[in-house]
Amino acid sequence: MARLICMDRSGHSTLAEWTAGDTEAEAAAIAAFQQQLEAGYYAVVSAGEGHAEQVRELPLDADLVILRRPIAGG
Amino acid sequence: MTSVLPETAAVYWRPRLDAARLRRREQGWTASTLAHTIPFLGVAVVMMLLEPLSFPVAGIAVAHAWGIPSLYANRGALVVKPRARAGAAAEQTALGLLGDLLGHSARDLHARTGLAPERGALGTWLVGEAGALLVRPGGRRVDCWCVKVDADLPSADRTAHLLLALREDEAGFATVANLAFGGAAWRVRRRLPAAMRPALDAARRQS
Repeated sequence: MARLICMDRSGHSTLAEWTAGDTEAEAAAIAAFQQQLEAGYYAVVSAGEGHAEQVRELPLDADLVILRRPIAGG
Repeated sequence: MTSVLPETAAVYWRPRLDAARLRRREQGWTASTLAHTIPFLGVAVVMMLLEPLSFPVAGIAVAHAWGIPSLYANRGALVVKPRARAGAAAEQTALGLLGDLLGHSARDLHARTGLAPERGALGTWLVGEAGALLVRPGGRRVDCWCVKVDADLPSADRTAHLLLALREDEAGFATVANLAFGGAAWRVRRRLPAAMRPALDAARRQS
């Protein structure tokens, strides 16, 4: 089952879960994804060691999509 | 696919960092260290030549020559200083996610030292909670980068934020981050918490 998670004060929270072909769950996941992007989060799909890709649309074929806050120089 | 870190838009005035620009900035740090060191050493030598009894003043000058670069190195080492912890449950949850992002050996090193290693084109990174060390090829030079996420998060989540951003776009990550110090690895190592030194040693061996 694929997951959309958001890193937060609790460690992380699962915002949506879906399986391929479950259109209702996919639609809910897309809605949650867009809502978080509008709130200022960036979405990242980790592709193993050394690689990650920022996504602007929910990749429904990904196993895990992580929402992160912006970083800035300290 | 190579993506551009979106945070670079917030520092539009900075030229995107590449290997050549980083080398020039490192040369600037080297020049700065020499500018702080050579005059004091020169004063010490001249004082001793003019009057050997002035050795206390010469000693003070040598101490300045040693101490000023050390203070800069200390500022660099502080970028990976551990921050306050969140609750145990949140830390454990965050640690689980970070562990999933890391390979076995990197996970082990992070558990022992609090720094997550990541190989990049510019060198080997050691990612902490509010900054990262970049061990340059050859292992003799370390650049200390101050970069953080402005949110109330468990420590492992803060590291995961930086790690993901680094993986998205290494050059963009270094463009967004502030270079707090660049210089000899041994200077930085002396100022690191003892628990973190094995991570720097391992990264230097790999570089």
